[in-house]
Amino acid sequence: MNDPKYTGQEFKVIGSRVKRPDGIDKVTGRARYGADMNAPGQLVALMLRSPHAHARIKKIDISKAEKLPGVKAVITAADLPDLTEGNAGLFDTLENSMARDRALYDGHAVAGVAAIDKSTAKKALKLIKVTYEKLPHVTDVDDALEDDAPIIQPRYATEGQHGNLINKGEFGQGDIDQGFAEADVIVERSYKTGQTHQGYIEPHACLASVSPDGTGELWVTTQGHYSYRNTCAQLLGMDIAKLKVTSSEIGGGFGGKTHVWMEPIALALSRKANRPVKMVMSREEVFKASGPTCSTSMEIKIGAKKDGTIVAARAECRYMNGAFPGMWGTLGGMTAFACYSIPNNKAIGVNVLCNRPKVAAYRAPSAPMMAFGVESTIDQLSKELGIDPVELRLKNVAREGTQAPYGPVWGPIGIEPTLEAVRDHPHMKAKLGKNQGRGVACGFWFNIGGQTCSDLNIGPDGTVNLTVGTIDVGGARASLAMIAAEELGITYEDVKVNIGDTSSLGHNDTTEGSRGTFSSGMAAIFAARKAVDVLKERAAKMWQIPVESVIWEDGSARANGKEHSNLSPLTLKDIAKKAGSTGGPIAGHHEATAEGAGVSFASHIVDVEVDPETGKTQILRYTVVQDAGKAIHPDYVEGQFQGAAAQGIGWALNEEYIYGKDGRLQNSGFLDYRIPVCSDLPSIDTKILEIPNPGHPYGIRGVGETSIVPPLGAIGNAVSNAVGVRMYEVPMSPPRILKALDEAGV
Amino acid sequence: MAGVHVTTTINSDPVEYVCPADESLMDVLRDRLGLMGVKEGCGTGDCGACSITLDGQLVCSCLVLGAEAEGRAITTVEGMADGQNLHPLQEQFINNAALQCGICTPGFLIAAKALLDENSDPTETEIRYALAGNLCRCTGYDKIVKAVQAAAKDLRK
Amino acid sequence: MEVFLSGSLVDSLNGLTSVEVEAKTIRELLTRLIDRYPRLEDHLEEGIAVAIDGTIIRDDWETPIPVGSEVFLFPRIIGG
Repeated sequence: MNDPKYTGQEFKVIGSRVKRPDGIDKVTGRARYGADMNAPGQLVALMLRSPHAHARIKKIDISKAEKLPGVKAVITAADLPDLTEGNAGLFDTLENSMARDRALYDGHAVAGVAAIDKSTAKKALKLIKVTYEKLPHVTDVDDALEDDAPIIQPRYATEGQHGNLINKGEFGQGDIDQGFAEADVIVERSYKTGQTHQGYIEPHACLASVSPDGTGELWVTTQGHYSYRNTCAQLLGMDIAKLKVTSSEIGGGFGGKTHVWMEPIALALSRKANRPVKMVMSREEVFKASGPTCSTSMEIKIGAKKDGTIVAARAECRYMNGAFPGMWGTLGGMTAFACYSIPNNKAIGVNVLCNRPKVAAYRAPSAPMMAFGVESTIDQLSKELGIDPVELRLKNVAREGTQAPYGPVWGPIGIEPTLEAVRDHPHMKAKLGKNQGRGVACGFWFNIGGQTCSDLNIGPDGTVNLTVGTIDVGGARASLAMIAAEELGITYEDVKVNIGDTSSLGHNDTTEGSRGTFSSGMAAIFAARKAVDVLKERAAKMWQIPVESVIWEDGSARANGKEHSNLSPLTLKDIAKKAGSTGGPIAGHHEATAEGAGVSFASHIVDVEVDPETGKTQILRYTVVQDAGKAIHPDYVEGQFQGAAAQGIGWALNEEYIYGKDGRLQNSGFLDYRIPVCSDLPSIDTKILEIPNPGHPYGIRGVGETSIVPPLGAIGNAVSNAVGVRMYEVPMSPPRILKALDEAGV
Repeated sequence: MAGVHVTTTINSDPVEYVCPADESLMDVLRDRLGLMGVKEGCGTGDCGACSITLDGQLVCSCLVLGAEAEGRAITTVEGMADGQNLHPLQEQFINNAALQCGICTPGFLIAAKALLDENSDPTETEIRYALAGNLCRCTGYDKIVKAVQAAAKDLRK
Repeated sequence: MEVFLSGSLVDSLNGLTSVEVEAKTIRELLTRLIDRYPRLEDHLEEGIAVAIDGTIIRDDWETPIPVGSEVFLFPRIIGG
């Protein structure tokens, strides 16, 4: 019954475009996000943050702030003992939420205040006196590996290598030296990408309430309320079961809301003040002190035979992790050459520390940077070989049976079909004008499964509550209701999906890695199938026949066999009505680790026009082709493709953290950190391919992330075709394009 | 700071409040009056999530002082539906899947209504420029533009 | 059977990219590897993923490893 294998069943509800259940709340202003909750007697909390990129904290004097009327609690690291018991990652989280002996980046929290209102809290911040001793800083990933660079985290320094180099993740197969020796043409280039932010429109926000009896509640905008619960409870010495975390509606996350930031401090302030505490980050704080993605610097080398067969490829990319180590380079190393079948390949991802905020996941984390380098290099290789860039990619494409660079052998995958769809797309034949160019690029993302539970309860009238523990950021409640309806054979409107708080369901992993619909969808299928078993038993009781004679079809129990031909089918509603007299409430549950997440590939086409006078690049036309496995709700699959492409376009053309010589962030607002607006973009055309994931009953693959991977490379290739200059640095902002045009004498 | 007494009209209802002279209208609407449909994305007028109309004019409520609302007429997203009947823009945002996370949606609805009040049959380009003051990070804007086009058509009927 | 390793796991096996181990489940495999290479245990905290004949298993350590399978170990994947 719990066999996750793909069966190729016919669908009635799956694949239709129903209205989302949270739509009305969201268009009427009724939906409650992180900052929209209040509690009786609540205080307002604010954080004091370091104005220095790197400084020793010699002394913090909070006495004046504490005495200000209306201030109810002030805390510093002194109020947060280390309870992490040697867990390095957890200690990093503690230190990131509040600086201990040193401030490690511009914006690092040094003290928190809770007061009766915002203006009192602001006054209190001004009364806190911090004595800093400024230390040398470094914010560039390559500079951080220079001999004279300050060591950001001595506890992570390893003998025999640079103190800011954390580790290297190396992946690949074959013998690359021999491979390059066999190559007729080799292209080797260096690239850089800027640091970008997920740019969710909703800032981090929470309402924390801790009682002296050790129980607590946290209302918070998060992608993972269970993870937030576990982390906060451990950092504050609370029992996990006594901290109830409720995920609010979430105003975008894209990976940035997978980790705690100021939430432990809000809880600590609430505990100290014994009052509910509301804490909302400003946009400036979001940019400076949440978790943007890595900036990178890399070398890519690819060699091919004259006929276009790629025989060797090497990538080495340094990922700037901020002030705390992550696994970002490792992910980059795994993804670099995943789209291709290359006999000799090596990809190395290097993790490096800098005086910048702790990096967090950002949609297909680490893949877009490597893809920028690899896809740009492949395009240059195609020019040197005189082979069409799409044909060159197709000639070397990964297929079922190809061994992925990180080990596994691919099952059925979609990269070749997406490239064929690109080749045959009318977009590829559209005419281009002066200063216009077209680019193509590919992308890969893993997708993950993970720990999941769900709870399906059938009410007395036969309507159904499905409770899940993954959050809904882009329409998941609609998709999950569709899945439950499909399994039970009832209408979509008869299923109501709720996101459970941490006290109502067992642990669920964070909604990351495009796992929400995949994993909770799988749990919903199996929970529904268990409920169907109960429904069949109840029907058997109502008919007084053996349960073996009952089958479930189209939302009704039917009695099998000629001897029961007088028995009319019992609908789910008929059975639900009698639940009280046939054994009590009818429910189905499923708790498991969802495995078998299918990898997802995409290929994109973009047309650009570059203005040689201003260096501005306009996107004229954009097409996304991606494998979804099976699109549950096509509208929201398209929405994921379009949103991911738009974020990639912003990354490619505009977005970047700009640090001054003083190590401070110079563009911590949407005015200067410019994400794409409506007039920057054309309509983004989408084509959903459905190559079933063999590891899911419906063939679902995660769809949320992959399409942020190709845009950087695709746009770089298009710019090169438009004005004849190759861009080696992202973002390809107007000043960089003008400089490149100038240097090329165009 | 001494409070300012303000008498104003919000979504056609008479409203009075007292706020500090330096408090933004956004904070008044959200924190004093409970109109949480007004969202804060930046507090600096860059994202449009707190869009409202003030005497029919589209503004970011984070850039207006609460005291400035004296004697004026404010519309927020809470005032868009007519009882149980959603405004055509609200209907079409749902029908066209024009929202994902939904945090920017109230601002987009207000901005789109301000556009359609002025121009009942805007071109795609006009829509894209009229909505350029509102940031959406989820959708890539495609389905938002289509929803506004569909609502404009409904409203012209 | 031969088990292949990649990424930062190679460090904890003193640079080895493959080792010979007999095991019927992932749990058995990891237990035996840690007995021989204790530094691998650090990686278990962060998470390890196992690919058995091309299928990635992240969490379920009871998953059986059929005879003759191709097995890869690599760091656990996270996402956005």
